[in-house]
Amino acid sequence: MDVILQNFLNLKILGEAAPYLWSGFKMTLLLCMVVVPLGVAGGLAVALASTLKSKWLRWPVVAYVDFFRAFPPLVLLIFIAFGLPFLGLDLPAFAAVALAFLLNTSSYYGEIFRAGIESIPRQQFEAARSTGLNAAQTLAWVIVPQATRNVIPDLISNTLEVAKLTSIASVVALPELLYAARQGQALTYNATPIIAAGIIYVACLWPLVRLLSRFEHRQIALH
Amino acid sequence: MNDRPPILDVAELRKSFGHLEVLKGVDLQVRPRELVFIIGPSGSGKSTLLRCCNRLEEPTSGSIRVEGMDIMAPGVDINLVRRRIGMVFQSFNLYPHLNVLGNVTLALRKALNKPRAEAEEAGMQALARVGLANKAKAYPNELSGGQQQRVAIARALALEPTIMLFDEPTSALDPELVGSVLAVMREMRESGMTMVVVSHEMRFARSAADRVVFMDQGMILEQGQPEKLFNAPDHARLKQFISSIERH
Ligand SMILES: Nc1ncnc2c1ncn2[C@@H]1O[C@H](COP(=O)(O)OP(=O)(O)O)[C@@H](O)[C@H]1O
Ligand SMILES: [Mg+2]
Repeated sequence: MDVILQNFLNLKILGEAAPYLWSGFKMTLLLCMVVVPLGVAGGLAVALASTLKSKWLRWPVVAYVDFFRAFPPLVLLIFIAFGLPFLGLDLPAFAAVALAFLLNTSSYYGEIFRAGIESIPRQQFEAARSTGLNAAQTLAWVIVPQATRNVIPDLISNTLEVAKLTSIASVVALPELLYAARQGQALTYNATPIIAAGIIYVACLWPLVRLLSRFEHRQIALH
Repeated sequence: MNDRPPILDVAELRKSFGHLEVLKGVDLQVRPRELVFIIGPSGSGKSTLLRCCNRLEEPTSGSIRVEGMDIMAPGVDINLVRRRIGMVFQSFNLYPHLNVLGNVTLALRKALNKPRAEAEEAGMQALARVGLANKAKAYPNELSGGQQQRVAIARALALEPTIMLFDEPTSALDPELVGSVLAVMREMRESGMTMVVVSHEMRFARSAADRVVFMDQGMILEQGQPEKLFNAPDHARLKQFISSIERH
């Protein structure tokens, strides 16, 4: 028991690693605050583009979504950070992460919004158009608000995945939470910082998980 | 009944869905303050005709003029035209995420860019006309079907249209709620609104319609004053249709 505490929950080590963990936590928070809105906005744009009537505009969007849903995000990030420089595009680590997340998560958020938009009956669109609202106004004030409301659980669920996925930024040496914990581990020869990072993730994401399960229960109750 | 130029002038209107020709050359003129009733069997093209009049459906050929303006002309601002034409649907189609006043003022605010206070004043007036000013803050799912349909009418009225199109406005309602919607429509007629009504409410047609139009298989087979049409129809198809309706 003592050995386990020594190696995994060592308070002295925790004290030493705390400054690293704190700055890593702030970086992870910053990452989430950038990549989640970026992904949501990109996803909404993707979903709206996929409602276009023209096949020639819709086709590239479908290809984009399919491609980035199949492409592993870690491979994508490594390619952007370490592959693109060979093409002369050397992005700072943060920008590389943001770009990888935009490409990856906008396709997921896009599919969620598309499902939401498709769940709205066509009559809603027609009613709005019959009052003289144009297509963009109808989407903005009638369709998207209802569509979003219908897919809130899926949006929360995807956001949880995105938040957890930000830890892959550690491979491009962006000093986020996991990277900071690894640093702490290397400096102290102790696994406590890793455990602490895990606990921080769980503590921050647990409220979202609760919220999600409340939505899911409510949906089951309605059916 | 009057010889002022028609508000709605449909000529030689044809509409096909793929190979199915749904409207086969329809001519219809509606004059100011006139209430035209359209009856006909299911699938005869009544809804399609109404929906072509504000281009929710794109006509295949023919012409449609609203207040003299060719709404099929290239470059016409269809959103402007649609504000002149109120439309009421069988299934109400209120916006469930907005309250009653939000439903009624949305187009005023977002399409006409009216400031909120002005839009809400117009919205409250429209709601008062349909007797639902006290429900302004309610949400559609808190209202009865009859109330929802009256809100839908108010939503159209708030834009001060010159003509209103009704597509089976009472067909989705429980029988005891039909009267409240018809009462609103009667009030509109009395205050001079030009109306085209697709409906099978024969008693309402007899007492309120200036003219009844019978559509069958994408064409207007017969039209005239309600007494003439209902009591002495020329066509066997119409006679058959009327007796099938009145049996219900
Ligand atoms: N969007 C559409 N696509 C294909 N066929 C349609 C469409 N809308 C209507 N129709 C067909 O057109 C015919 C007339 O329909 P409609 O105008 O709704 O008739 P009514 O309102 O008189 O019952 C029907 O056969 C219907 O199936
Ligand atoms: Mg119909």
